[in-house]
Amino acid sequence: MAYVVTEPCQGSKDHSCIDVCPVDCIQPMDEDDFAEAAQVYIDPATCIDCGACVTQCPVNAIYPEKDVPDEWQSYIAINVDYFAHA
Amino acid sequence: MPDRTNERGPDPELKPARVAVIGAGPSGFFTAGALLGLRDLDVSVDLFDRLPTPWGLVRSGVAPDHPKIKSVSAVFEKTAAHERFRFFGNVDIGRDMTRDELLARYDAVVYATGAQTDKTLGVPGEELPGTMAASAFVGWYNGHPDHHALHVDLSSERAVIVGNGNVALDIARILVTPPDRLANTDIADRALHALATSRVREVVVVGRRGPAQGTFTTPELEELAALTGAKVLIDPEPTVAEALAELPDDAEPRVRRNLEVLQGYVSSTPDGEDDPHQRRLVLRFLSSPVELQGSVRVERVVLGANELIDDAGAVRAVDTGRRAIVEAGLVVTAVGYTATPVDRLPIGHDGSVPNQEGRVSGHEREYVVGWAKRGPSGVIGMNKKCAVDTVRAVADDLRLGARIEAGDDVESWLRARQPDLVTGVGWAAIDASERDAGSASGRPRVKHCTYDALLAAASAT
Repeated sequence: MAYVVTEPCQGSKDHSCIDVCPVDCIQPMDEDDFAEAAQVYIDPATCIDCGACVTQCPVNAIYPEKDVPDEWQSYIAINVDYFAHA
Repeated sequence: MPDRTNERGPDPELKPARVAVIGAGPSGFFTAGALLGLRDLDVSVDLFDRLPTPWGLVRSGVAPDHPKIKSVSAVFEKTAAHERFRFFGNVDIGRDMTRDELLARYDAVVYATGAQTDKTLGVPGEELPGTMAASAFVGWYNGHPDHHALHVDLSSERAVIVGNGNVALDIARILVTPPDRLANTDIADRALHALATSRVREVVVVGRRGPAQGTFTTPELEELAALTGAKVLIDPEPTVAEALAELPDDAEPRVRRNLEVLQGYVSSTPDGEDDPHQRRLVLRFLSSPVELQGSVRVERVVLGANELIDDAGAVRAVDTGRRAIVEAGLVVTAVGYTATPVDRLPIGHDGSVPNQEGRVSGHEREYVVGWAKRGPSGVIGMNKKCAVDTVRAVADDLRLGARIEAGDDVESWLRARQPDLVTGVGWAAIDASERDAGSASGRPRVKHCTYDALLAAASAT
């Protein structure tokens, strides 16, 4: 399992989640890339399932993979794909 | 976000600084990492621990069946590899030296000493054998050398765990998990053997308030569904539906999800049938232990039934006067912690070290971080943000330029005080021998669980 950042992040892009991630798996952290990105993404290969980001997200955009709402299921792949190109 | 205030590297006007961080748990390592990452300051960090081993609660608190969380240690290893980082283990501030002696050698001292003093119930009978605090029980199954020899009697049919947070759920889960599911973890061997012959069939987790007030995180609650050989029961069952019905629209999402998970346990409980081989994990809400009874050791818990009242916006449990008796041969209290005492460092009424933005109140060059600063709540990642906050205060003060100019005699000084000092080399030897023993038996590691064994492994080459 891992956590997944979904649609509500777009337009918000608060970085509270990045500040609490103990393994820096939420990207982009770089300020320029952060400014350009549509949202932030969680690398499922690095995430350790601590859940700190979930409680910090001001727009409730982060879900455990198995609990992602139906309308945002596509975001599971969107998070994975972001790191495939990294 | 990364600090970009100065990308030129260390400010040549500022002399290098030396910082001691006390406590090598997550907060200590995140603090060390943040100090070493400061761009305009050249900071050396010495990280101390009372134990011969680093990683704090990642080693001795996180449950053995949660290996993924423990993999955060890879981040700590990266910090430990930094050229300006040193680890000094088996050093107890207060026993081996004073805080003042540290302040004479370091420009700043950061206390990341955690909150490991168990709160007590304050009820008659709490001192009866068979009753123990969460930190002791958790330390026992995690191979903490202070708790390795704890006598845990698993010969009775029922255990009672008092408390409604993740620690209480961890303890309950370990007690009902089939031992073969723990055999391939890094659980202490002594605990594994005791659990293999456990006669405990039912674990009752007692919470004084209702299901909406528990501080569990949702994944910990959900995980109970995956327990093989155990079923989860809610007592009294209607409390969950009532809490869901009364939940305000703006309730914390965690609380709503917790209640949904608990409702799932209510509806999946089959009526009538009962597999005698199955263990039971009972979440009993609205109950407080009012007395522990037994002749020579604990035999039963007297529970008082509570009702909830709204007290100026806070939900409070009030005793109804009704009583129930629960037979139990093991009682573990997991009702919270206060800050670990460190050589007369002040601890406030709220159980944490009084501070302003991480600066210990009324003290110069002393700082606090993590659970010692905020109290014992928040998952591991919260301590990273907390460390960045405290390091901001440390860095601001170091930028004022004052240095104590003591020179570095630290290692020889420490060896004079503590001949069994464990450095990074010693920890590497402990770590390698534990991992080697683990790989021989299909486990992540086999822990050395006594000071003697840890120190022998540290000095073996």
